Parts: sequence; structure tokens; C-alpha cells
Amino acid sequence: MSTIASLQVGETGYISEESLDFIPLKLLEMGCLPGAEIELIQIAPLKDPLYICVNGSHLAIRKETASQIQILKSNL
Amino acid sequence: MSKNTIKVALIGNPNTGKTSLFNQLTGLNQKVGNYPGVTVDKKQGISKLSATQNAIITDLPGTYSINPTSLDESIVLKTLLKKDIKESPDVILVVADVENLKRNLLLFSQIKDLEIPTVLAINMADQMAKKGISINISLLEKELNTKVVLISARKNEGINELKEALICCHLAAKSSPLCGINYKVDPEYFDELKKISPNYSLYKLWLMVTQNNFPDEITKKEKDKLLAFQQDISKLKKYQHKETIYRYQEINKILNKTYSIDKSKATDLRSKLDKIFTHKIFGYVLFFLILLVIFQSIFDWASYPMDFIDNTFASLSNFAKSNLPNGVLTDLLTEGIIPGIGGVIIFIPQIAILFLFIAVLEETGYMSRVVFLMDKIMRRFGMNGKSVIPLISGTACAIPAIMATRTIASWKERLITILVTPFATCSARLPVYAILIALVIPNKKVLGFLNLQGLVLLLLYALGFLTAILAAYILHKTLKINSKSFFVVEMPNYKVPSFKNVFFEVVEKTKAFVFGAGKIILALSIVLWFLASNGGSDFKNAEKIVVENVANQNLNDDELQQKVASKKLEKSYIGMLGKTIEPVIKPLGYDWKIGIALITSFAAREVFVGTLATIYSVEADDEDTTTIKQKMASEMNPDTGAKRFNFPVGMSLLIFYAFAMQCMATLAIVKRETKSWKWPIIQLFGMGLLAYISSLITYQILS
Repeated sequence: MSTIASLQVGETGYISEESLDFIPLKLLEMGCLPGAEIELIQIAPLKDPLYICVNGSHLAIRKETASQIQILKSNL
Repeated sequence: MSKNTIKVALIGNPNTGKTSLFNQLTGLNQKVGNYPGVTVDKKQGISKLSATQNAIITDLPGTYSINPTSLDESIVLKTLLKKDIKESPDVILVVADVENLKRNLLLFSQIKDLEIPTVLAINMADQMAKKGISINISLLEKELNTKVVLISARKNEGINELKEALICCHLAAKSSPLCGINYKVDPEYFDELKKISPNYSLYKLWLMVTQNNFPDEITKKEKDKLLAFQQDISKLKKYQHKETIYRYQEINKILNKTYSIDKSKATDLRSKLDKIFTHKIFGYVLFFLILLVIFQSIFDWASYPMDFIDNTFASLSNFAKSNLPNGVLTDLLTEGIIPGIGGVIIFIPQIAILFLFIAVLEETGYMSRVVFLMDKIMRRFGMNGKSVIPLISGTACAIPAIMATRTIASWKERLITILVTPFATCSARLPVYAILIALVIPNKKVLGFLNLQGLVLLLLYALGFLTAILAAYILHKTLKINSKSFFVVEMPNYKVPSFKNVFFEVVEKTKAFVFGAGKIILALSIVLWFLASNGGSDFKNAEKIVVENVANQNLNDDELQQKVASKKLEKSYIGMLGKTIEPVIKPLGYDWKIGIALITSFAAREVFVGTLATIYSVEADDEDTTTIKQKMASEMNPDTGAKRFNFPVGMSLLIFYAFAMQCMATLAIVKRETKSWKWPIIQLFGMGLLAYISSLITYQILS
């Protein structure tokens, strides 16, 4: 199963319904919802944190959090 | 409070232009106070809504939700849960950003469920055409059951409509929840919760349970029942998740009917700039260059106003001395109070300039990119990308810097940042460094172009940062604190900074320094003056002793007076204190006179210079550094017959001032922010010990 952390820069995916319990409430509130499309915009030079865009929110989250959130990769 | 004044709470996500709106509504009628019992600053201002109606507007810290994760955010919840007539708002004004309306409406939906009259202001409306956004306002108002006003705070558009809306909304008084949202999650569960108290809305009760935050006036019985709901934590968490998802579903439904965006109009300026600012090489190079420009400007620009302030207070002191009758009160004024106030004011230029830069960087959105770049590095040392801002601010003054740590959600990361920030070379160390470097480092060029004195100063700055980082690493490995480290930073759109916002930010930060540190520096200056101008019987006989000693030396009046002043200081309480600690500091190469200067430095480090000026019997009001420097340069060490301020002593002192925690005001702030004396005491002794040992080694190796 892929997670946000396994996305390549520029790739998009959909947050899976199963990862609901692993999404911290704060991220959920900022728009990181199951079913939402998520794009990895950039990775920080030291490979962490990740710069993502989800539901119109541009956010930086740590890899540790990102690797807990499962996604379904969009078909290329 | 008059009948015609309503209380408005201003609330919104960060980066929505909330500050611009606040500044627009209140102008210069702002004041910063404190929330009772907590340390977060409370920004309030008065706005004239109409000819007969005023409003007190409270600017609450920016937050994405009323479920808090940091100290700043918890204040929002506290204010809103209160039922106190004096404190609780009559109307809540929610500010939303037109581009991020969906996410902004989440906070709005939570607020609405508190059943307090609410107005929604959608900001940055001037961007709508450019971004291809259109909103059906009247339908949105109907769906949200709320007055909605389109504004653009920076351009001062829509503000009058907003003021009218606030008046209308206040008159309507009662507000209903957006859609009884919690019932949809688990009707039975929330029915039980609702039964606990008729005095609070269901959502308020739910917040009390989930946030463990109870208003003072709640009855014991009600509280016990609410506490019973806290038993099943996993259920609470699950319901909070469900609630959030449900809220978003409702918001999506409403926005589908009322909001549309033409994506083809989106520009990719953001992504272009991001590619540069967060580039793996250019990103860091740019950050470093920006820092360089900042520090350079602080030195260049601040020196003029600082010299001016210095001279003004010296002449003020002189003027008072020559125009007021001799006496203790005049002495208190000219030697205690005036130099004390001067000692506070002198730092304002540097602090204001630094915060000018920081405010501009924050306003543009660049700071978030720095946090993004630095997080991984800082994390290795137990800190957080957000720790960069306090560490930079610390080069002006540790006090506003330590207050800037409040945005760090993890307690451990925040604590470490607070503990190491005083290692950053603050502006009070600068005069000390300047005079010591001038004394012991030769003014020559190295490698053909580098000024050796400047190089040493640069190295001292680097030493401060490195020590901060190293100390953080040690704390990271030794502190056993379990705190959830959760990190999320919004990367806002790049913006041209608003002059008004930057100006108010600088004023606010400078005020925080003047009133936070100023009081302590001034009070301590007065205490030190007292200790220096009183003493035992030898102190009273100082003049007689000197006259007897120098009877055969043919001194003129001035020289005699200087000798007397010097003797008096030696025999004063503070002189006695210096003598007492002399055995302890002798291995570092210091004598009792330097000892006095070390003690007085607790008011503010730069007092070192003034104290030595007095000790070496330079006329007290003449703060001309060349004369102090000459006096210091010619001071002899009677034991060795060599110069007192030789290279080893100078270096030892430089190291001591780089490391030691000699600032009462900072200790007081650390106490306030950590809510215990434990951490400032650890800081005082930890940094003191480091300073002592390092100076000891420096002196012993060099001499």
C-alpha cells in the first residue's frame, strides 16, 4: 500500500478511507480528508518535510506523519 | 463600559489577513494586555462602528480550529467557552480567505455551533476576478444562516458594510447552530451529553469534554458528569474525527451550490518562487544571504540612533546634575534612573530594525519556507523548523525571541528552544564585545582584506549559534519529556507585505521589550545604584582616607574627586560584594573591579561598560568610550605588574560574556513562559558553569 511519503514530486493520489484513524485531527481539520486528492509539491532538500497540497491547503508535514497516511495513487 | 460598546472577537485561520482587518478596524487605538492567568498577549482595539456605536475588538490568535494544539490556540477556546459577562464576546467576526474558503469554513462551522451571534467576512475579495472565483453571496448567507460580507482589508474595501453587519448581528442577539452537527455522529450519545446542562450549547459541552477545559462558573455536579464522558478516550477521538468529516461534507454541499472557481485562471507564481526559495542549494544560500543583509543593516543603521540616544541621556543626566540641588534624590535621578532608562531605550533601534525584517519576511510568506528548509536540521538537535525564528530574534533580544516560541506545538521542542535562545548574541553583549575587542585584539588586516577585530566579532556570533545548537543537542538527549511532536506548517501564498501590518508588528514587539525587560532593567539599575552609593564606615570616610593618602601628590581638584569616587565605590556594598567574589573569579584572571562589573551586568550585560567607567573613575556621566578604553588599557595588575586587560583576560571575559546567563529580564520571561522557577534556575547555573569553566580554560591556556 502506498502512503503520502511514497509519492514522487508532482504525483497525485487519493487519501484512502482506511487511514482515517491515522490522520491527526489537526491535519484532518486542515483539509487532509479521506477521499481527498493530494499532490506532493516538493520534498525539502534533506528529504523531509514534505510539501503537499490537499483540498486547496498548501501544507508542510513531516515524513513520519506522511508515511502513516495511506493513499491510492492516481492512474498516470 | 457604555451601553453603546459591543464586544467583538476577531477569529480566523492564520494568513487570512486577520491582522490587516484588525489594523483597518482599529487603527492606532490598540493595546496589548494579558489574559488573566495565561501569558498570551491579548490584542484589543476600539473601532467606531457608527456615530453612536463603538466596538471593542479582541484579536484572537490565528487558528485552524477551536481544538487547540498550541498555547496560542488554546486561548481562543478559553475565550469562547467563558460565560463571564465582562469577557465573553457579543459578536464573533470570522475572517476567511476567499481562496481557501472551504478550510476556513470549518472553523466557521465550529464557531457557529457555539450559538454566539456570528458574522463572516470573506477577505481578499479583490483577488476573486484574477483567480476566477465567483460566489453567490445571498445564497451563501441563506445556507450558512449568517450575514456574509466580502471585504478586502488591505484596500479598505467593504469595511463599512462589515461595520453595519456587526451592528445588525449584535441586535439580532440569538444565533442558532449551523446544522446541529453533532447529532449526526451519534444521536444517543449526544442526547445524553445535552441533558447535562441547559446553560450551555451542546457544542460547548462537547468542547469541554474533548478539550478538558471547563469554565470557572460550571457546577461541580455538571463537571463530574462531563468528566464521566472522558472515560472512553478512543471513542472521543473517533467522534472528533467523524465530526470533522461530517462538517466538511456539509461545507462541500454548501460550497457546491454557491462557490465556483475557474482553475484555468490560476497562476503558478507560487510554484515558480517555491522552486527558488526551497531549492536544495539556492534555498540555503538565499537564506544565508538574507541573514547577512539583516545583520549588516542592524550594525549600520542602528549605530546612528544608538549614539544619539547615548549622548542625549548623558547630557540629560549632566543637565539634571548641574541644575538640581545636590542630594540623594538628585543622585538617584542622575546616576540611577536616567542611565537606567537610557539603558533600556538604547536597545530599541536594534530591536526595531530586526523585527522590521522578521515582520517583512513573515508577511511575504517567506518565513514558512525557511521553516520548511530548516525543520530536518533543527530536529536533529531536538528543536523544530519554527525554532529558527526565535534564534534569529535572539540576536536582538532574548525576550521577544522567547515569546516567539509559543507557536511551537511540541512542549519538548519549545522548551529546548527557550533554554538555548539566550546563547544567541543579543544586542546587550555588543558594547561589551566592542570594548574588549578594541582593547585586546590588534586592529590589523588578515589575509590582506579581513579586519581582525571584525573577524573576532563574527566568530563570537558564530560561537553563540554553535553553542545554542550544541546545548540543544545535549538537552535533546538528556531531557526525558514525552511530548507529542506534531508538525504541520501552512505554506501561504507569497504576498507583498503591507506597510501597516509591518509597522504595527514592530511597534508591538518593541513594546514587549520595553515593558517586559525595561521594568526589570530599570529596577535593577536603581538597586545597583543604591548598593554602589552606600556602604559601611569606610565608605563614609572615603574622602578622608583619600585625602590622607595623596596628601603629598599635588593633585588638582578633579583628580582628587576621581580618586574619592573610586575609593567610595571600593568601600560601597557593591565593592564589598566584588571583593567577596574575588577569590572565585581570580583563576579567570579577574579582580574585584571586574567582579563588580560582572554583578552589575545582571541588569543588562552592557552595564559592564558603564560600571567599569565608574570604577576607573572616569567622570560618571562621560560615557565616551575612548576615555574608558584608555583608562582600561592603562589599568595595571598589581600582582604581576602587567596590564590588567591583557590578551588572556580579554579573551577570558569575551568567552564569559558569550556563555553566561547574565540577564534578569530573560530569566523572568523564562519563568513566565515555562511556569516554573526550575528552568530559569537550570539556565542560570548551567550557562554560568559553562561560562566559568570555558573562561577558566581560556585564561589558563593563554596566560
